Amino acid sequence: MPRAFTPKVVTANALLEGDVIYQTATGWSRDLAEAEVLTDEADADLRLIDAAQQIDTVVGAYLADVDASGETPKPTHFREDFRAKGPSNYAHGKQEAASHV
Amino acid sequence: MYNYTDFDTAFIKERNAQFRAQVERRIDGSLTEDEFKPLRLMNGLYLQLHAYMLRVAIPYGTLNSRQMHVLADIADKWDKGYGHFTTRQNIQYNWPQLRDVPDMLDALGEVQMHAIQTSGNTIRNVTADHFAGAAADEIADPRPVAELIRQWSTDHPEFQFLPRKFKVAVTGSPNDRAVTKAHDIGLRMIERDGVAGFEVIVGGGLGRTPMIGKVLKDFLPREDLLPYLEAIVSVYNLLGRRDNKYKARIKITLHENGLEDFSARVEERYALIRPQFTGVDQQMLAAIEADFALPTFRQEKVREYHEARDHYPAFRSWADTNLAEHREPGYAIVTISLKAHGATPGDATSAQMRLMADLAKRYGHDELRISHEQNVILPHVHKNDLPSVYSALRAAGLGTANVGLISDIIACPGMDYCALATARSIPIAQEIATRFDELKLEHDVGPLKIKISGCINACGHHHVGHIGILGLDRAGVENYQITLGGDGTEDASIGERAGPGFSAEEIIPAIERLVMAYLELREEPAETFLQTYRRLGLAPFKAALYPEAQANAA
Repeated sequence: MPRAFTPKVVTANALLEGDVIYQTATGWSRDLAEAEVLTDEADADLRLIDAAQQIDTVVGAYLADVDASGETPKPTHFREDFRAKGPSNYAHGKQEAASHV
Repeated sequence: MYNYTDFDTAFIKERNAQFRAQVERRIDGSLTEDEFKPLRLMNGLYLQLHAYMLRVAIPYGTLNSRQMHVLADIADKWDKGYGHFTTRQNIQYNWPQLRDVPDMLDALGEVQMHAIQTSGNTIRNVTADHFAGAAADEIADPRPVAELIRQWSTDHPEFQFLPRKFKVAVTGSPNDRAVTKAHDIGLRMIERDGVAGFEVIVGGGLGRTPMIGKVLKDFLPREDLLPYLEAIVSVYNLLGRRDNKYKARIKITLHENGLEDFSARVEERYALIRPQFTGVDQQMLAAIEADFALPTFRQEKVREYHEARDHYPAFRSWADTNLAEHREPGYAIVTISLKAHGATPGDATSAQMRLMADLAKRYGHDELRISHEQNVILPHVHKNDLPSVYSALRAAGLGTANVGLISDIIACPGMDYCALATARSIPIAQEIATRFDELKLEHDVGPLKIKISGCINACGHHHVGHIGILGLDRAGVENYQITLGGDGTEDASIGERAGPGFSAEEIIPAIERLVMAYLELREEPAETFLQTYRRLGLAPFKAALYPEAQANAA
């Protein structure tokens, strides 16, 4: 029996900055909380194809698992957790951006 | 130091202009990522976890104060005010933006630096003993040869698409500080019957399948070096496997075909190409050697150094750990620790880079080195200047007296930056260093090399750490495996796996148990961790690491 499809988001790196980005219903966001959660496999495949075609904006798009049980999607694996947060030795990247808001 | 010729300058300029155009075409969408990726890698540009990363070569780890100043300027202008020195004597910038990279490369070109072949399946930055030209135990300075190899290998038309990356290291000293036995080719400068030559070691490497290099040629006359190297890489280029990335390095080629077969192929190829080398390379080498002439050393009685030692315990402690013996009696080799307790191993801020550059200019014959152990070296400092150098370093947070001790940890960037990593390395290094600083034990523990890699590729050299730590992903959780008894010197050995891994929380107490066990087990304070391990083997250390298993067995 095929495995049940688990909730996912489309994620990639921004072409110009390399920053981690997530696909939203209308474009891209740097914040996982704003990502569009995909619960249907066929839909997820289409959204990924759409992302992969945006070659002048994004690099290396793929589907990442998320925990969609709360209000906003949360990473299920530590690698995605680090991608969503930034490095642990300095408050750089997304942490720095957050402190400037 | 080597100075670019007009040819070199024009070559770098042309190459940078090409890359600028490639970046523009990537940004406007005319190049896809698949098309662009090999081009950016050839110029040292990676896309990592959170950002791009630019890896800049510091050829054989040598640079002058002007170059170090530019590295600092680049960190401020296009990055986040710091740089990360790596285990292959490179510097990495963790946050460049794609659009800025061509400007960064142009700035590097202004001071005769570049990022060419710091990635990709090419011959990478040639590394050398970081004490080259200064060490008391040296037969000859390995850097002119390293520079010759760099010129030969840069943009070598036959070797731009090797089966896999290819790393060369050279040492001119019998005490191997360049880890030559863990390189694709390791060269040891030796003398036989008064004739200078090389011992050629091939097929060493760490990573997934760690192997100690094997001697392919026990004595190669100096003038035969380039044709012989070309024969080796040429045989590998055709024989090396391209069907499986994990079996593509020369160590596997050698392992699968056997040393004898490989050697026969090299000799055959060598016989064919040797006549093409008409001696021009030797003329070039002679010119390069002139660039590496020793500085004029100051002849002066050593006085201030002894006074400072007698009066300042902190200076004495630093001098005891961070100085090495220089070939010139009044001089010392200074290792500046980039391993302040709790800091990221190998990182230096732009202010620290400038200070080190200024100290090199004022006190160190304008030379700096980067070691594969991620520290910075002032190779030529008169002992009377050491008190001034130390106080300036200390004021800048660079006075940590821990070189060769437990907190002088090698750590790869791990999952804090690297896209390949399976676990983090940096926080583990930070916590170990902080813990042993709290215990005030590290000087008592003595020489002990901990090396941490955040994945099987082993950039953190964990296989040759006295204590090696390998970070893995075990069912979605960071897990750390310990290896013991590794050694990267002339007596190179691969560490032995101690047993099941530890979680991120368990690994620091596990290291502490291990070190406490060593203190109990050593015969006398002068017996190092590695010596004790070699005397007693794994068992008593394993017992300390896994007390529960011990209790259950009892």
